[in-house]
Amino acid sequence: MTRYLVRRALSSLTVLFGISVVTFAMIYFLPVDPARMYAGPHASVETVARIRHQMGLDLPLWDQYGRYVARALQGDFGYSYDLQMPVTEAVLSRFPYTLELIFAAIFVELVLGLPLGVAAAVWKNSWIDGLATVLALLGVSSPPFWLGLLFLYFFAFQLGLFPLGGVGGLSHLVLPALTAGLGGVGWYARMTRSSLVEALGADFVRTARAKGLSEWTVVLKHAVKNALNPIVTMAGQDIPWFVGGVVVVEMVYAWPGVGRLAVEAILADDVPLIMGTVTLTALLVVASSIVIDIAQAWIDPRIRLEA
Amino acid sequence: MLGRMRRAFGYLAFAGVLSVVLAACGGTSLGPAGESPSGSEAPSGQAPAAKKVFTIAYKDDLATLDPAVGYDWTNWPAEKMVFDGLLDYDDTTNLVPQLAESLPEVSPDATVYTFHLRHGVKFQNGRELTADDVAYSITRVLDPATKSPGAGFYMGIQGAQDFVAGKADHVSGIEVLDPYTIRFTLSSPDVTFGNKMALNFAFVVPKEEVEKYGADFGHHPVGTGPFTFVSWTPGQELVFKKNPDYFKPGVPKLDEVHIQVGVEPEVALLRLEKGEIDMMGDPIPTADLARVLSDPAWQDRITKAPQVSTIYIAINTRVKPFTDVRVRQALNMAIDKDRVIKLLGGQGTVANQILPPLMPGYDPDYQGYPYDPAKAKQLLAEAGYPDGFETTMDCLDVDPQPKICQSFQQDLAQIGIKLDIKTLESGTLIADAGTEGKVPLVWSGGLAWIQDYPDPDDFYSPILGCGSAVPGGWNWAWYCNQDLEAKEQKAIGMTDREARLQAYREIFRALMDDAVWVPVYNGEYIIAHGANVVGKPTDFAHPEHTIRYEQLDLK
Repeated sequence: MTRYLVRRALSSLTVLFGISVVTFAMIYFLPVDPARMYAGPHASVETVARIRHQMGLDLPLWDQYGRYVARALQGDFGYSYDLQMPVTEAVLSRFPYTLELIFAAIFVELVLGLPLGVAAAVWKNSWIDGLATVLALLGVSSPPFWLGLLFLYFFAFQLGLFPLGGVGGLSHLVLPALTAGLGGVGWYARMTRSSLVEALGADFVRTARAKGLSEWTVVLKHAVKNALNPIVTMAGQDIPWFVGGVVVVEMVYAWPGVGRLAVEAILADDVPLIMGTVTLTALLVVASSIVIDIAQAWIDPRIRLEA
Repeated sequence: MLGRMRRAFGYLAFAGVLSVVLAACGGTSLGPAGESPSGSEAPSGQAPAAKKVFTIAYKDDLATLDPAVGYDWTNWPAEKMVFDGLLDYDDTTNLVPQLAESLPEVSPDATVYTFHLRHGVKFQNGRELTADDVAYSITRVLDPATKSPGAGFYMGIQGAQDFVAGKADHVSGIEVLDPYTIRFTLSSPDVTFGNKMALNFAFVVPKEEVEKYGADFGHHPVGTGPFTFVSWTPGQELVFKKNPDYFKPGVPKLDEVHIQVGVEPEVALLRLEKGEIDMMGDPIPTADLARVLSDPAWQDRITKAPQVSTIYIAINTRVKPFTDVRVRQALNMAIDKDRVIKLLGGQGTVANQILPPLMPGYDPDYQGYPYDPAKAKQLLAEAGYPDGFETTMDCLDVDPQPKICQSFQQDLAQIGIKLDIKTLESGTLIADAGTEGKVPLVWSGGLAWIQDYPDPDDFYSPILGCGSAVPGGWNWAWYCNQDLEAKEQKAIGMTDREARLQAYREIFRALMDDAVWVPVYNGEYIIAHGANVVGKPTDFAHPEHTIRYEQLDLK
């Protein structure tokens, strides 16, 4: 286990290093002058040149990268031009919001997807089964931006059930979580259904039925428990997927998460902030994938963490 | 048939989604459906005695409230809440004293400016403002360590060059004569120095607070202004409250100002319609503009005000075939500007010259080039291009700019020019246009020059003068005329206002004769706000400050 963790940590470091090099190179080969973006259109050319010097942008590329990495290793990702604050502070203050949204979205997927999948498996080929299929199709085919605006208009503006975006209590979380999570409900339903249909045909289920247990006890206590493992894997994989997936939801709902921060950084050509959001997000994704692997081994003893 | 099927499918999709949502609300503990949103502290409909809380929403977060650093249209009006300058503007473009007790005494050659300060003006930390604070604030803008984008405005003060180069520890042209008198000596005549002292960069900051917060002063601003800064939650909201000790009687009228950030314009419009906010900071989304403008219910919730800006096509005078003035003139006659206004939903007026109508020096007698494709084609033939040519135009990738560029494409096709449109994001476009010989034509829509201060020189030196026709500069026509340069040098020191404006009229007439731009339209602000907001059009959209929060009131 310890050997496994060390190996995973080392390979993660390589991934992070690679990501930092690629992002850095991409940004610096863009024909954009960050000093001009900082100074605005009306600043004189001499003023821009002085600012470029102050920012260290006139140093050779390798030197800039070296300084960047040296500082990053100490947790200092530089100073955002666009927000006028340290990048680490800016990104870390937004992470909790994004995580809250991601977990709420996964919650929506599970709470709606699992029962629907169980029902579809129990009443195979019935109208419920059909509904699950249609929902899966609708979920993947409705763009979150459109869905978000639709929800806002209908449930917040017309009906006044929820606030028009922003953060606050639970009522602020409902619409964004639904918008982000609904796309996955159908997937979870399909996955639960096929996994459960397989389990329901297995020998241990026949044994349970033979013991004279009620059908619902058989399904919920025996079959579902065994069908759960692929669902846990899927939920784990959802975290990195949602890091990118909630960006649009954050934009629509004025949700102050890290995704919106990244978009603002890109639109403002704010190089340190782009680097910071990308690298710190990558760190989160890498860390969450390690946690998921460990969690899987814990849930299913058949899985071993090979060093 | 297909259409009907698609619509049926749309309803089905909606019904499906709806059922899931209703199931969620009813079947789980996600959120009690009947609960009313706690966030809707509707400012409208409050009793008259209630606190007057004004809320505005923007899409982008503000960068900073440090007046030496901020340089865009979202943070300027917010800075104006917390700080004051020595001078300010009235409802239009005339300078009036603010922290100064009167307009400055100016030497006959416009090189020495003496300001007398008001007595008893206090910073929000309780300390009285003195001339030392003014000297400190301007010196701070010049200090390279501040990285102020506005440093260039004050480089004309004597000794500024030496100070910036590190050869002097203070700026010799800034002298504090007594606690209430300060004198600026310039190295060459400049009648626009008063305007420069009314810019946000010249707002007065207290040294002890700047030193206390260092680089983070922009998030903890302290000034003398009508509102005191309360809090800033990045990505969410900024809060300001009334400064009860403000030196001007009667203002501000509001008790609190809340600036919401991170709100997409589509959502901000919904919040406004619902009465959750009092004003939209961003323009109304193009898709909603026609509906809002034609709806009688919106009539008292819309304020229009002209913007002191000209949106233009810059013609690169150093790229063939635009080196020939006849080709540039042909372009001026080929563009159908009325169609552009239509594409903008009426948000603007046709321009026939470089200076916008509100700018002193604008020439109401000048007719400009007529829209005459036949004449344009003839000019092209005379220049040796009877069959036209191919060229490219850079265009911002933000709606509605690409549509406008396509309209130009049609116009130019009529006279035989095949236009290739390159749609770019702003950083790339600016870098491209600022590279010599790279881009033949640039459409300035979305990036256009809006005045820093109401003086015609602000439309010459930074965008059409020789000093800006350099890499990274903003002179996208790459035009440099030594003859005009000499005239401008003379004009900037003229103290007789009428003679001076006449001199600028001649300069801008010459620029139009040389056809360095196609001036297409002058911008207009269309502001959406609550029916209960009281203010003059220039309080919603002031030519210099955009929003004047201290003048606004709620019914």
